Amino acid sequence: MKAPDFDYERPADLPGALDLLARHGAEASLIAGGQSLLTLLNFRLAAPELLIDIGRLAALKQLVETDRHIEIGGLLRHCDLAASPLIARALPLLHQAIGHIAHPAVRHRGTIGGSLAMADPAAELAACCLALDGQFSLLSTRGQRWVAAGDFFQGIYATALAPDEILTAVRLPKGEPGGISIFDEVARRRGDFALAGLAFAATPQAGGLKGVRLALLGVADRPILARDTMALLESGPLNQARVEQAAARIVGEVDPPEDPAYPPAYRRHLVGVLLRRTLQRVLMAFSA
Amino acid sequence: MTIGAEVPRDRAKRLLSGRGRYVDDINLPRMLHLALVRSPHAHARIGAIDRADALALPGIVAVLTAADLETAVSSWRAAHKLFPGMAAPEQSALARDVVRWQGEAVAAVLGESRAVAEDGAERVSVDWRELPAVMDANQALAPEAAVLHGDMANNLAFAAEITAGDAEAAFRAAAHVAEEHFRFHRHSGVSLEPRGIIAEFEPGESRLTVHQSHQTPHQQQDLYARLLGLPEHKVRVICPDVGGAFGLKHHLMADELVACAAARLLCRPVKYIADRLESFLSDVHCRDHEVHARMAFSPTGEILALQVDDLFNAGAYGQYPRSSIAEGNQIIRLTGAPYRHANYQANLRMAFLNKSILGHIRSVGHPIACAVAERLIDLGASRLGLDPIAVRRRNYLNEADFPTTSVGGVEFENLSFTACLDKALEIIDVAQFRQEQAELRTRNVHRGIGVATFVELTAIGPEYYGEGGQHISAQETCLLRLEASGAVRCYTGATDQGQGIDTGIQQVVAGVLGVPLSEVEVISGDSALCPMGGGSWGSRGAALAGEAALRAAATLRQNILAIAASLLQKNATELTIEQGMVVDIATTYAHMAVSEISRIGHFQPYSIPGDVTADLTVVERYATRGRLFLAGNGVQIAIVEVDVDTGIVRPLRHLVVHDCGRILNPLLVREQIRGGAVQGIGAALYEELRYDPAGQLLTGSFADYLVPMAGEMPDIEVAHIETPTETSVLGAKGAGEAGTAGAVGAILNAVNDAISPFAASIAEVPITPARLLRALGRF
Repeated sequence: MKAPDFDYERPADLPGALDLLARHGAEASLIAGGQSLLTLLNFRLAAPELLIDIGRLAALKQLVETDRHIEIGGLLRHCDLAASPLIARALPLLHQAIGHIAHPAVRHRGTIGGSLAMADPAAELAACCLALDGQFSLLSTRGQRWVAAGDFFQGIYATALAPDEILTAVRLPKGEPGGISIFDEVARRRGDFALAGLAFAATPQAGGLKGVRLALLGVADRPILARDTMALLESGPLNQARVEQAAARIVGEVDPPEDPAYPPAYRRHLVGVLLRRTLQRVLMAFSA
Repeated sequence: MTIGAEVPRDRAKRLLSGRGRYVDDINLPRMLHLALVRSPHAHARIGAIDRADALALPGIVAVLTAADLETAVSSWRAAHKLFPGMAAPEQSALARDVVRWQGEAVAAVLGESRAVAEDGAERVSVDWRELPAVMDANQALAPEAAVLHGDMANNLAFAAEITAGDAEAAFRAAAHVAEEHFRFHRHSGVSLEPRGIIAEFEPGESRLTVHQSHQTPHQQQDLYARLLGLPEHKVRVICPDVGGAFGLKHHLMADELVACAAARLLCRPVKYIADRLESFLSDVHCRDHEVHARMAFSPTGEILALQVDDLFNAGAYGQYPRSSIAEGNQIIRLTGAPYRHANYQANLRMAFLNKSILGHIRSVGHPIACAVAERLIDLGASRLGLDPIAVRRRNYLNEADFPTTSVGGVEFENLSFTACLDKALEIIDVAQFRQEQAELRTRNVHRGIGVATFVELTAIGPEYYGEGGQHISAQETCLLRLEASGAVRCYTGATDQGQGIDTGIQQVVAGVLGVPLSEVEVISGDSALCPMGGGSWGSRGAALAGEAALRAAATLRQNILAIAASLLQKNATELTIEQGMVVDIATTYAHMAVSEISRIGHFQPYSIPGDVTADLTVVERYATRGRLFLAGNGVQIAIVEVDVDTGIVRPLRHLVVHDCGRILNPLLVREQIRGGAVQGIGAALYEELRYDPAGQLLTGSFADYLVPMAGEMPDIEVAHIETPTETSVLGAKGAGEAGTAGAVGAILNAVNDAISPFAASIAEVPITPARLLRALGRF
């Protein structure tokens, strides 16, 4: 379980990194926290000729607040986000989700850009970005483009990133005042990959919900939006009957992959449980 | 008195500060690294092996196959003469014609680094011809099954039966029969430090020196000498710090033997460290049993009869040198052992199939024997409307019954089931729990309580392997050397793999001798330096090596007092040793220091009057006789919370009340119990080696093979009852199996208690969320 031979470069600045990537493209891999890549290398599931270590690029470690957005540099680590009062205040969904990401050792090395670029279907941050309709900045020597989270994730470990691009930042809209954010997941042990999880955001309106965003993780080849259920939840007041309707709807909306240990029917069931629990919390908040 | 004191161990401080020296920390000059080419198939014929590409790679020194090793190392068969008729197919260090599990090694690649050796291994191509994989014991014994071993008619490795009384008649007459079909899935010991070895062969002196992460250096010395054809005194096996073993490291492993053979052929040191994937693929595994059992009850809850049918598998071969029979054998001998019942009928069948070899991992067979009987008792009590704890109590073997030989054929000297249960019920208020349970159920919170009573077999006597034909020492020897300064070096055959037996032995020597603990140093784990012994496995360290140390310390004490008496012109019986001083018993006057006697004994022996010689290096030994095991016992109570919507089980409380006889050091015993209970909870809820139908291991990393982690574990509460064995002066029994032995049964009963309002039950471990929800009919 030793990595195959590779070359290693640690560019001093972002243009240097982009230049290396432009020249080596598909033969190169970026490495930041290394929490996914090192495992792939050691299992010899990946064999890049060149590792470009971007871990020290200060330009990707900014956390910026604008009027309507928070922009998170790709190299910010999970522990950085967990400790940020700004994230806790403006992006409570993200703040909740980070507590579910692996263990402290991983959170002290793993980065948000690395997690999103890896595109593990069970990743917490990917589902949050999808729920919040985040935009990802993809930068190359050809220029910068912004890609919506919904377009970025294209399958298991597959994204819209071109071989010469770096995911430099994530832009997420700040939560609305009075908005509700709930992240929840089911894992065998705290810190395990979720068997199923849910990132929920909405704004209360006249006994019901508007702007409902409901992203699921661990139940498809990528994070997905439960669009039918979102629509159902916006269609009238939230009450016990609608909770049950929504729980039934979401179970029919997902089609998890075959897995001998966790059959699709089990994951579908979990999605219903998670949504029911989430909506119960919303109802309790309403009555409080 | 030093024995029984809570002494923290020095070794722990060193290991926790990162100063351990494990096999992989050792590097020798000119050392080569071994990577193995492993079968990607569960069952396949080996065609041509092409090594040209690998040999062309810079840094690759050799690529060896079974044919290359033929002159260097013999093959073996895991026979056991106490089990005549047990099939023992031939196994070789590298597979010869056929591979029989995914991960079995077929070629050895030796390179200047492990990374380059792995590059080489990737470039070895093998012409595989796949054969049908047999992955389940039922399937293995079906008439149409592919047969693993050409010299066998079918895959049945062994079958046995035990009968006592008339079980059939008792079942016919019973008021109620509890019956269940259990499945205990395969897992392993999963030590933090994986298997590892450095083998060094010196051709001039024909000398093999081995550093190995192992529990039994003398056994390995004997095996390497015989299999490699070397004189035994030319083989030295050193076990440095060992990072957990759990039985995983007291076997011969083919991979490590390859390293020895390669070192001999190439005359360069060879290091092999199993990586985690290789560990999951090719470590010895355990459990993987299917048990059908039933228990007959009288209307008042007396156990009238018990019937057990155990179907299990050895994996692809028998494990060498002990064979793979013990787990099934323990199950048919131990199921229901805490209870008085006369009518017993048990069967076992062991099959060969295409998985890694099944060996002896912590608490061999015990967790299954315990879980089966304890679950049946709960089922029976529930059907009869009786309190399950009361049913246990009325059926326990009691003081009046001892000594006794169980219907399974195990001797019990004196066990304390009732005392353990009483103590457990003092600590956990069951009535109060039942109140809380009822109240919480109204809020859809489902908690359950489970009790399990277990017997723990420890300190195997010499008759088991002696009669079996294995070279496995059950005699322990201790050598004590009084140094000139008065300090004591203690050489023991027991080994320390993190459990701290070194400290226990240190306490025995210091306590019996009468010197401060700091004056005693224990040296172990070196087959050339330490006296012949069996190492540490099967909870034998305290009971056997502890007693040998006690005897040696008593002899050394006697010799010191003889010198002192001669020097002081007193009778030795008037003197004793306290805190390193020779003291007059009557007056408590401290005459002289042990260090003074040592100085005189070593440097001025002529000044000792009379014919007293300075025997300051002594050797004593101990083996039990006519007793296969020293049995301990205990009770565990688990309280769990079941999320009936997700299937996740959360252990909330876990209590172990345990009797291991005389306790050398409560800190060591408690950690044995806690660690064991955590491994048992792991087996109950998390740990499982899963294969697909084609024999591909699905759980090759810690992402898929779940071990219990601190975050999920409750505090394991431990309490003791002390019933010393009278077979030794020390009175200690083993303590290493207890935690694991009862945890599965306690958790299984607790989960079933939690889900009892849903008229559901489960009898399959680990209790995964999906299995539990299926049992609850939730999907």
